[in-house]
Amino acid sequence: MTMFSSRSWREYPQRYRLEASKFKKSGKTYFPPRSIDPETGDTEQEMVVLPDTGKIVTYTIIRVAPGMWGDQSPYAIAIAELTDGTKLMAQMTDVDVETVKIGMEVRVEFRRIQTEGDAGVISYGYKFVPKWY
Amino acid sequence: MRDVCVVGVGMSKWGEVWRKSLRQLFVDAAADAVKNSGVDHLDSLYVGCMSGGMFVGQEHLGALMADYLGMRGLPAMRVESACASGGMSMRAAYMEVASGVSDIVLAGGVEKMTDCAGDDATYALAAAADQEYEVFHGATFPGLYAMMAHAHMAKYGTTRDMLSAVSVKNHKNGSMNPVAQYPFEITMEGVANSVMVADPLHILDCSPITDGAAAVIVTTEEVAKKLGKPYIKVTGTGCGTDTIALAQRDDLTVIKASQIAAGNALKMAGKTIKDIQFAEMHDCFTIAELIISESIGVFEPGKAGAAVLAGETALDGKFPINSSGGLKSKGHPVGATGIAQIVEVYKQLTGQAEGGRQIAGSPKIGMAQNMGGSGASSVVHILEVA
Amino acid sequence: MAGIVGYGAHLPRHRIKVEEIAKVWGADAPSYKKGLMLREKSVPPPDMDTITLAVEAAKNAFRRSGGVNAADIGAIYIGSESHPYAVKPSGTTVGEALGLTPHLHCADFEFACKAGSEAMFVAMSHIDSKAMKYAMAIAADTSQGAPSDALEFSAAAGAGAFIMGSENLIADCLFTHSYMTDMPDFWRREHEFYPQHGGRFTGEEAYFATTMGSSKAILEKSGMKPSDFAYAIFHQPNGKFPQRVSRMLGFTQEQIDPGWLAPRLGNTYSGASPIGLTATLDVAKPGDLIFMCSYGSGAGSDSFIWKVTDRIDEVRDKAVRTHKLLDENLTYVDYGTYAKYRRKIKKNY
Repeated sequence: MTMFSSRSWREYPQRYRLEASKFKKSGKTYFPPRSIDPETGDTEQEMVVLPDTGKIVTYTIIRVAPGMWGDQSPYAIAIAELTDGTKLMAQMTDVDVETVKIGMEVRVEFRRIQTEGDAGVISYGYKFVPKWY
Repeated sequence: MRDVCVVGVGMSKWGEVWRKSLRQLFVDAAADAVKNSGVDHLDSLYVGCMSGGMFVGQEHLGALMADYLGMRGLPAMRVESACASGGMSMRAAYMEVASGVSDIVLAGGVEKMTDCAGDDATYALAAAADQEYEVFHGATFPGLYAMMAHAHMAKYGTTRDMLSAVSVKNHKNGSMNPVAQYPFEITMEGVANSVMVADPLHILDCSPITDGAAAVIVTTEEVAKKLGKPYIKVTGTGCGTDTIALAQRDDLTVIKASQIAAGNALKMAGKTIKDIQFAEMHDCFTIAELIISESIGVFEPGKAGAAVLAGETALDGKFPINSSGGLKSKGHPVGATGIAQIVEVYKQLTGQAEGGRQIAGSPKIGMAQNMGGSGASSVVHILEVA
Repeated sequence: MAGIVGYGAHLPRHRIKVEEIAKVWGADAPSYKKGLMLREKSVPPPDMDTITLAVEAAKNAFRRSGGVNAADIGAIYIGSESHPYAVKPSGTTVGEALGLTPHLHCADFEFACKAGSEAMFVAMSHIDSKAMKYAMAIAADTSQGAPSDALEFSAAAGAGAFIMGSENLIADCLFTHSYMTDMPDFWRREHEFYPQHGGRFTGEEAYFATTMGSSKAILEKSGMKPSDFAYAIFHQPNGKFPQRVSRMLGFTQEQIDPGWLAPRLGNTYSGASPIGLTATLDVAKPGDLIFMCSYGSGAGSDSFIWKVTDRIDEVRDKAVRTHKLLDENLTYVDYGTYAKYRRKIKKNY
């Protein structure tokens, strides 16, 4: 199914720059940004940029991948907790999938996430890579 | 609120049903339920369906099904909550009867999943996850549950054998269910040696792609009595939700939506989990059955795996789970699953479970737990003998 | 004069060896390795392209910039012969990812392997004219050589990024010189996937004549001689050309060593001499003079004379060093994987 380009475009602040919502009352940060703090109902917030390192909380290795991802299969998907405590899910790249494990330190890198065939739009965003330096 | 009963159920053989369309699958199950209940009319109709639009390009299922059921003009509506669509259809019918708006309501569910390429089916199912923050990154449903499995293994030491045991048990039960998609037994080695789909889940940890429908007639006790057919009471309905994205949950080893749904349903029925004698659970993946049975309190956190290995959830165990074969063996036409669970509990409570899978000792109270996506929505019903 | 306020590089971790390519085409690996002075080249995985390399290189440049405010960057220029889109700029995506938008001038440059140094040249001219406080120049490529062509052994991927400014410099740009003629040595027509070239014609009359022309002119302009420089970087389509041209001009092997990356990296096209500059800055000392001359087919050379400032010691380890990316955490792919990654296999996409 083709993805209309506006759908990805709308997400650029969080997808390109890891912008998140930090609510005034609770001091909690949510990624992706949202308008209401689920804990307090607070709507007063500031934009914060998430840190770019963290460690893996859980993961899987996708070995039977949907067609779009076939060229990259097998690939790992992980939830990482960043150094500020925020968690997010992303694909892992530049990694031997057999070495992925819970607790592994990762860095966020800017990568191609999806492409609509050879002619369509290219969607960019964040992936995790092992923090090797 | 009025007491609500289920009288008459309908469900035909599930599987790759090449000869039947979405509408035919539904109409066959619904017509069976109408016939088996003996009702001479319906007041309204609910169709639980996750994604007629993405699987076969068909939406607007309320009107379509009413028409093809031969009941043009009937109030009808489609209900959607991903894989919990069937259970939500049951809940909608319950509320319509309990409130006094209608007396006889058909709660049905259907999914036609094989009329599209595997990739398209994967894509349609993935719509139940967070499209922009999970699916966009290449997460699949087996992948999401696999991440829960890894978290559960890390926290509680859950093993491959514990996961396999869920699948083996459910296939054993399903081998006795004439409408199951895969009515045969499998072995522990068979599960462990099957193709890895998303570590640590193998293909035999996963429920299949299935065409199927199921329907039940929901009515008042007064009507049920008059019909003279076996009926059961719905004494509790509960529903709950959680974050749709896994990353935003505090604990990946609990399904909070089911915890909330089961808590609400039990409270409504005036029962505790200890009063429940058996359950149908949403084992879309083996890990799901373990996590659900812990989340709703059947077992302590981290103890479900050992209980399954010890046979506690087998047909002759202390707390039989998925006597029907579950999603794993019976099949998982997503929108129909929640209704098929009610069908199984109805059969068990009325002593009609076929093929030798009738739970011994005439159980009096059962539970049906259905959920959507990676557990972001859940609906639970408590059902009791009349 | 303008200069470099922050610099950074990014390279893929994947490599393919000359032997692995030669094996597929029945070519004689030892003679290619000797003839091109090339052992292996970088290979971008499918989720890496000019834009992603540019973003990561630019982040490293920011890390070394001493806190340049994104909003003070007035322009972003990306030089590449492998912009992911034929129509839709790479610079807007990179600018957006770095948080530089919307008050920003942007252009994508193309001049074969010289597009990156062009970006540097133009970025600095905004600083010199005082139109902008900072301007970003990025050289990035994921170049493709046709299967079995000699270029397949060298076409590689990588990026170098520079924040240009006038204060708080790491390296002051003392002189520049550009030199160009119309030279049909290498080209890629619109809609074609792989470039074509004039074989041995790309050597003497093209690379060497142009590089020599630009280099001699800037030396004359500056009144400097090769021995005045601590280091020199030349465009490196392979290992051999930059080595030979440096000798022709009177530079020594020691002077080119830190920035002579091609033997293990391949030809990163627009990235070649700019990435060489990042590797050289990584080891340079305050006061060092660095000579740089790019080359782009078509053909032209941009020459620069850089003078390293005291700030280099403060910033070089604020981001990963280029040689670390070149030497460590590598993974070698076979030809099949390389062909898949570089979309050389016909299939339904």
